[in-house]
Amino acid sequence: MDTTQIADAPPPAPAPTPEQKRAARGATRPGDRIFLGLSRGSGILLLVIMAAIAGFLTYRAVLAISKDEGNFLTTFEWNTGVNPPVFGIAVLAYGTIISSIIAMVIAVPIAVAIALFLTHYAPRRLSGPIAYVIDLLAAVPSIVYGLWGALVLVPYMNGLFGWLNDYLGWTGIFSWQNGAPRSMLTVGILLAIMILPIITNVSREVFRQVPQMHEEAALALGATRWEVIRMSVLPFGRSGVISASMLGLGRALGETMAVATVLSPDFLIHTSLLDPGGGTFAQNIASKFSEATEFGRDALIASGLVLFVITLLVNGAARAIIARRKEYSGANA
Amino acid sequence: MAKRIDVSGLTAYYGSHKAIEDISMTVEPRSVTAFIGPSGCGKSTFLRTLNRMHEVTAGGRVEGKVLLDDEDLYGTGIDPVSVRREVGMVFQRPNPFPTMSIFDNVAAGLRLNGNYKKSELADIVERSLKGANLWNEVKDRLNKPGSGLSGGQQQRLCIARAIAVEPNVLLMDEPCSALDPISTLAIEDLIGELKERFTIVIVTHNMQQAARVSDRTAFFNLAAVGQPGKLIEIDDTERIFSNPSVQATEDYISGRFG
Repeated sequence: MDTTQIADAPPPAPAPTPEQKRAARGATRPGDRIFLGLSRGSGILLLVIMAAIAGFLTYRAVLAISKDEGNFLTTFEWNTGVNPPVFGIAVLAYGTIISSIIAMVIAVPIAVAIALFLTHYAPRRLSGPIAYVIDLLAAVPSIVYGLWGALVLVPYMNGLFGWLNDYLGWTGIFSWQNGAPRSMLTVGILLAIMILPIITNVSREVFRQVPQMHEEAALALGATRWEVIRMSVLPFGRSGVISASMLGLGRALGETMAVATVLSPDFLIHTSLLDPGGGTFAQNIASKFSEATEFGRDALIASGLVLFVITLLVNGAARAIIARRKEYSGANA
Repeated sequence: MAKRIDVSGLTAYYGSHKAIEDISMTVEPRSVTAFIGPSGCGKSTFLRTLNRMHEVTAGGRVEGKVLLDDEDLYGTGIDPVSVRREVGMVFQRPNPFPTMSIFDNVAAGLRLNGNYKKSELADIVERSLKGANLWNEVKDRLNKPGSGLSGGQQQRLCIARAIAVEPNVLLMDEPCSALDPISTLAIEDLIGELKERFTIVIVTHNMQQAARVSDRTAFFNLAAVGQPGKLIEIDDTERIFSNPSVQATEDYISGRFG
């Protein structure tokens, strides 16, 4: 579309009256007014709920942190029952982030591969049932994943841990002192399985929407199927895959029961991912909440506030990544 | 580089539906051949059989022979991917890769085909953009995305991308139908220049366009909806538009149907 200059620009329109403004929003008839009210109300309600959560978390957190004798961010301890109380989130932050990173590193490539297989390789009568099975995976409650992890996955991890220790033990990250494999790596693997369905499903939807003409552009240049995927499908789906991954990451960061069931927690940062111990925000809250004093609960809520902030930062970062190359995105093709 | 296309007894299907039946024709190198005919007559399908794009569609298959000089595109052991590297294609709607810069769009086909030095690549990109009459408009913004260009510029970018790999044949599927008259004129002028180097086949709904740009014109028609499309006649454009040998061609050209 050539943007040629329009020789005779129309005279500037007079400022719209309130009635005209309302008409432009489509809110003159009763049905329109009701719908406008409902949708605007829903939007406002969402903001109110978010503000209420943030306010509650902040208020209770301030109560707890003001009495904390240790440094809230760097202390490797969680003693809220003693006087003066000493507690900090260093271990929880480390464990939450490390287990989520492990989960993402494992799940994202597999999920993207499954999504590509379903949309571009699998015969149609196979891709339907596979997609259905993946949906089922998403419907399994997290406590069931936790039980499966503790009873099935953990015993099997001994073999993998031994192998990792033999070949990669020298790195320090994969050394193993033959402790029970209720460690960050096991948690990460379990989380990877749990977030796989959501990433796969969203990626599949995105890959399905790649316009035929982009794929044909690559094909007509003599691209193989893999080259078509590299030139047309992946670039088009990039921002969608990032969004999908963030949905998965959000679930991994906040996962509670599965982690609490598998991990054997302590308040230390272990250099090796194979050593049992560590903890995550959600797991720590779940394990300690029922037996905590009023003050202990405030302290746990303070750690919840940190998780809330981390999740916000992660989402903001994802949006920034997507927006950064907007002019190149497939959306304005 | 330009090669002769020799089609004999070509029939194409979508699943069990026969889309075109028993088409035979010869396209001379360094000439422009236009395909005209009513919607659904199979001219686009036929065009897509010439670079084996037809079989990309689910259920698409082809019987018959397409010789490029002496090589049968549908012979055993012929890789469709390598056919498409020899027979370039420009589509109805401009389809530059939206995530790539103008430079990368033109270089895309070259990067598939092999390793080029940076300077070689820059030379070929410049030559191709000049060949597509686009160089002067984009030389200062080669690193900007191709999707930021106007529709006519995008289509010329797609032509630059297609000719960058020096194909033997260039297929164009209604390349101007999404463009305004000025952009259309630019593309038509370009086709006149490109035929010095390539064998060009163009599908068009616009009979004036066929008359303006082509040396030979092929008229396709179908007996009824659901029937396979057939080649009615192919002749020098001048003859087709002045004195066609088949009545249906004359009816179509004079606007009596279609």
